[in-house]
Amino acid sequence: MVIAVSKTQKAKTSRLSPEQLLAYRDQFKCNFKAVDNVFEDCMEEAVYRLSEQGISDYLEGASRVTMIGRGLEPILTYLEEMPQVAHDLGEETLNMVAEAVWALSRTANGKSIPAFVQTIGIASRRLGCKESLGQYISLVMQMMARTASSVYGWKQTSYPSPGAISMLEQMPYLLQQLSLIGLKNWIEYGITNYHNHPERQKDYFSLQSADARAVLQRERHGTLFMDHERQLNLYLQALWFEEEIPLLVPYSEAFDQLRKPHPYYDQLGFRIPDVYGDLNGVSGINRYRMVLAHMAGHRRWSHQLIADNYSPFQRMAVEHFEDCRIDYLIMKNYPGLESTIKALHPQPDEWACNPEEESCIRHRLTMISYAMLFPDHDYENSDVIDFAQRFYAAMADGQSTTNEMASLGLSFVARTRKQSDQYSSVHFKDTEVFYRDDNRHLWQFIEEGDEEEMWDKRVHKEEEEVQGLPPRHYPEWDYNSNNYRPDWVSLYESLHPSGQASKIDQLLSKHDALAKRLKRLLEMLKPQQFVRVRYQEEGSELDLDVAIRSLIDFKSGAQPDPRINMSHQHDGRNIAVMLLLDLSASLNEKAAGSNQTILELSQEAVALTAWAVEQLGDEFAIAGFCSNSRHEVRYQHIKGFSEHWDDNVKGRLAAMEAGYSTRMGAAMRHAAHYLEARKADKKLLLVLTDGEPADIDVTDDKLLIHDSHKAVQELDQKGIYSHCINLDPKADEYVQDIFGQQYTVIDKLERLPEKLPQLFMALTK
Amino acid sequence: MSQVDINQYLIKEKPFYQIQAREVELYAAAYNNRLPVMVKGPTGCGKSRFVEYMAWKLGKPLITVACNEDMTASDLVGRYLLDANGTHWQDGPLTTAARLGAICYLDEIVEARQDTTVVIHPLTDHRRALPLDKKGELIKAHPDFQLVISYNPGYQSLMKDLKQSTKQRFVGFDFDYADAALETDILHQETGLDTAVAEKLVQIGIKARNLKGHGLDEGVSTRLLVYAATLIQDGVDAKDACRMALVRPITDDVDIRATLDHMIDAIFA
Ligand SMILES: Nc1ncnc2c1ncn2[C@@H]1O[C@H](COP(=O)(O)OP(=O)(O)OP(=O)(O)O)[C@@H](O)[C@H]1O
Ligand SMILES: [Mg+2]
Repeated sequence: MVIAVSKTQKAKTSRLSPEQLLAYRDQFKCNFKAVDNVFEDCMEEAVYRLSEQGISDYLEGASRVTMIGRGLEPILTYLEEMPQVAHDLGEETLNMVAEAVWALSRTANGKSIPAFVQTIGIASRRLGCKESLGQYISLVMQMMARTASSVYGWKQTSYPSPGAISMLEQMPYLLQQLSLIGLKNWIEYGITNYHNHPERQKDYFSLQSADARAVLQRERHGTLFMDHERQLNLYLQALWFEEEIPLLVPYSEAFDQLRKPHPYYDQLGFRIPDVYGDLNGVSGINRYRMVLAHMAGHRRWSHQLIADNYSPFQRMAVEHFEDCRIDYLIMKNYPGLESTIKALHPQPDEWACNPEEESCIRHRLTMISYAMLFPDHDYENSDVIDFAQRFYAAMADGQSTTNEMASLGLSFVARTRKQSDQYSSVHFKDTEVFYRDDNRHLWQFIEEGDEEEMWDKRVHKEEEEVQGLPPRHYPEWDYNSNNYRPDWVSLYESLHPSGQASKIDQLLSKHDALAKRLKRLLEMLKPQQFVRVRYQEEGSELDLDVAIRSLIDFKSGAQPDPRINMSHQHDGRNIAVMLLLDLSASLNEKAAGSNQTILELSQEAVALTAWAVEQLGDEFAIAGFCSNSRHEVRYQHIKGFSEHWDDNVKGRLAAMEAGYSTRMGAAMRHAAHYLEARKADKKLLLVLTDGEPADIDVTDDKLLIHDSHKAVQELDQKGIYSHCINLDPKADEYVQDIFGQQYTVIDKLERLPEKLPQLFMALTK
Repeated sequence: MSQVDINQYLIKEKPFYQIQAREVELYAAAYNNRLPVMVKGPTGCGKSRFVEYMAWKLGKPLITVACNEDMTASDLVGRYLLDANGTHWQDGPLTTAARLGAICYLDEIVEARQDTTVVIHPLTDHRRALPLDKKGELIKAHPDFQLVISYNPGYQSLMKDLKQSTKQRFVGFDFDYADAALETDILHQETGLDTAVAEKLVQIGIKARNLKGHGLDEGVSTRLLVYAATLIQDGVDAKDACRMALVRPITDDVDIRATLDHMIDAIFA
């Protein structure tokens, strides 16, 4: 009876609880009845994508958009678009957009608000970071302000911008075609030429007029980062294969008038312009590659220096010498890049700078930089010649070091110092090397940081009672002694605590489109009852086609094919699959480039996979593991082979939490003992992990890697095929040592939900 | 009994094989004890060449069978054929090798169906015998007979894996692309290509292998590098040779192509 009740309620319960929803609705000040139709859906997405603070900003933002009294449309657009925008670009955007709408409503351009809000979604997708979105917004606002007009008379009247709405309607196309700076220039042209011709302004901004198209064409030069992101990632992967390929984050050059921002890198990734035009015959894509090569070169060959001891000029010189060392090594590894560097590196005229009047420090450093890279330079300055020689000598036997460059740089400044270096007027012409980053990574400032803080703050968690079955003991492989340590690890198995199954349904509904695609793939994998096997010498039936062909061959004196029968075979998929999830603490981290934690992404991925496997009818189990020293490996049962993909299982998956470390070997051995008991022909253990095996009581990194490898071998002996799905960008370093060739590294974590089920299908095809 | 001339399977000229580690002595030990051998490794890394070399070194005939999906047990063992006078029995390659004492090399064994692979079982344990059911004959393998299979674990499909009961009849050798210096030497010796250029080809090969798993199923094999070297030796421009031999065959993905093309330009100045 109870079951029946809960079933009828199910449709409703798979949503936010009514109380919660009501509380949110209260925070959102809006009387439009029609909003209620979508509010629940929007809130669900918001709750899913946003933080606590984000949700409250979201509701406040929506309330402000309501307050301006421009009707239902902008409200709905805000509600629908903003969770995604805030999720992708940061929650500050929630206020930013609401603020802009508010500001617009105070001008004559209130009518264009709906069209404006409409562009936010596409703009955020195209521009890729919140700074650029902010710049986009102020660009649009300025355009409106500058094209609106006021007539002063007996009473001041304001007229709205004639072109604004047309322009906003064209915006998806414009953003598709132009970088932010291109857009800025295009808009600028329209304002300058037509700010007092309402009709022609309209024609321009709706892309009707010929010059609108011509300017668009002109501004459309350049290679947009967004269109080449994957290629650049592949480039790093192939040519600069680092432990971890850095995230690429674009910025716009359009809005810093004084000095163009330089590329740089920090913990978050490589920061590069959103567009590159061709320069001196080097194509945009090759300019991108050059910037990445230079930064990757620093990552590979540079070391940090203590900044505090150096004056600004000294630092500048050290940077120039170190940059040259990097470029030199790049050319040594990739001689083909020499022509690119030569084309991009300025070659200042030796006599262009007058030390009587201006500071020549940059000029001098750029000359020496050029001379160090290209021995065929024709500079006559004896210091330049001398130091270039010293540079060649330093590079002659190998890679040299950052320190050696630092001391070269210091002597160069000391030797060439001039009174006028201090002048405020600096000779800038031909001294900027645009493919070089700003070198902020090179310096370490010790005064600010407080080293005391580095103290180990690890707090030991209270020993929790481990509930469940009595421990099982597993051996562990010690590669030092080439022997097993018997009964070394204690593993506790327990039933994973349960949570809200609806959370999983909600996750799944997010991937509706993907599920549809998977479904099509699944259809092809589904076992056909019978398949026909042709070309059999013995079989259940004569294969008429083949038989006739054979007979003809025979009659004509040729060798007939005796395989004239066919038979039918039952083509059942007979496999058992166990998915073993690493639930160690690192899963709580946000996935790079995404607002979701790795744990959340794993949940989605596992849910989709489980759903897919259920469709196929394969035997399937799920378990999670984590460890807190060898005395406490926890193994949590999430789905058993005999259980179906139902609310119990979903509940456990929904409650999944991450903590502690990763002792992989024991967990694999335990999972294997379940697989071993299955009768299937094929047995597969999929291990989903985000890092290498580790535990708090093990200091030797290699130990658990070797042990896990041993476990893989043991499983192999038992006829269990193991395959690792690794979410760690650094996985290439160790995953082969454990899994041999049987692994997949997922580069883009946010694609895990799509990748995991596909991988499963590929493996079992 | 058999009309086959075993001498045709003898390898007359010493094949060029670049030794990578201790595989030659280890293989010789396996052969001395007539243990069946499995050679594993990615495509085009020198497995077949190694087996050929060992056959030459041991002075034994080598019979190679390229396995495929349509292959049946009879294709290995033999069958009755029709002729004008009725039927006669024709030995399959495996039978020939077992009778006459050759090394039988089943290339890409995973391609064959499982009911086919099981026929090798009795030959690969202590029995060393091959029953010809249809003919009602039991062949005792010649003392020189040895079975070798090759197997590329990179398929990454569980379904295309060997059964445990098959795997566990072999001793195994893991092959991989030779390290840079050796691979350079292979290119040089195989084609006569100048070492400096060969080094660059190898560099391309190694870098391209970084993309394995990121959109490439397999990296660039030594075989393809040899192709590129051959073309260059024949006067083809190095960059064209690389595009043709190293890039076009392995991928249609535009981004990967652009990356590899750029890499070739960067390495060949
Ligand atoms: N160690 C080596 N010594 C000499 N040549 C080699 C060596 N390794 C590879 N080669 C070259 O690579 C080519 C391909 O090698 P081979 O045909 O043996 O590959 P394979 O591993 O059998 O590949 P597949 O799995 O695709 O059959 C050879 O023709 C040879 O030119
Ligand atoms: Mg081969």
